[in-house]
Amino acid sequence: MTTDHHHPTEMAPIEARVAAIESVLVEKGVLDPDVLDQIVANFEDNLGPMNGAKVVARAWSDPEYRERLLADGTAAIKELGFEGPEGEYMVVVENTPKVHNLVVCTLCSCYPWPILGLPPKWYKAPAYRSRAVREPRKLLAEMGTDIEADVEIRVWDSSAEARYLVLPMRPDGTDDMSEEQLAGIVTRDAMIGVQRL
Amino acid sequence: MTNGLDDTSLPRDNGELVFEAPWQGRALAIAVALVNKLGLPWDAFRHRLMDEIAKDPQRPYYESWGAALESMIVDLKLATSATLDAATPTERTPL
Repeated sequence: MTTDHHHPTEMAPIEARVAAIESVLVEKGVLDPDVLDQIVANFEDNLGPMNGAKVVARAWSDPEYRERLLADGTAAIKELGFEGPEGEYMVVVENTPKVHNLVVCTLCSCYPWPILGLPPKWYKAPAYRSRAVREPRKLLAEMGTDIEADVEIRVWDSSAEARYLVLPMRPDGTDDMSEEQLAGIVTRDAMIGVQRL
Repeated sequence: MTNGLDDTSLPRDNGELVFEAPWQGRALAIAVALVNKLGLPWDAFRHRLMDEIAKDPQRPYYESWGAALESMIVDLKLATSATLDAATPTERTPL
């Protein structure tokens, strides 16, 4: 097939259908394309694990913030300026030497958008959604995270009225790091619970 | 942001694209904008997404998303399937 940038290209059926939905709703005055642009740009530019990393770094640095975060996740996260759709009912679960937390959404793809952005592809896959509940220890091992047999694994299913964030354990040897440096070592996967830092 | 941390130094998406194709971003934005505009809870969409995923678990995620969107729009009587058929393009408009 030759490529010509000025020639129309065929669309996948789903892409065409979404375009149709947009054009019909815009024409009816229900949706404004500029608003759609803003929503997409917000996901691409402002929402992502860099926000959750700041929450975790603050909790590691400020014991009083940590208490507030564990008591009322939504309010404490809002203190840092993060709120919005899928972030209204935030529950923060803390890893300890005896408990490892893992987050899943068994029925769809619920995920705390304001602090983690959109979920990675594997989070939405049937294999992760079913195995996280059925055999979390084995799944974690396959994902490169071995949890000792004497550590309890708690699995949190986001399909209830809550979105979860894992507060990872602060790694050893980070005592001298600033809050900003700490935020730089927090990963998305650690905040879902599929990785240890 | 209120805490003065430098955004650019932090992980953004752990190396994954936010959307694999532009239409996925549009599909997401339409759902978000629509529930906002109509004052519906997000669950109004989320339950449809759950149903579509359950109906065909192996279908690509954003195709289920699109199907949920269409079912919501049709049930809310914002458009009929026939209207959508008529508005469905077969080719991308050149930029």
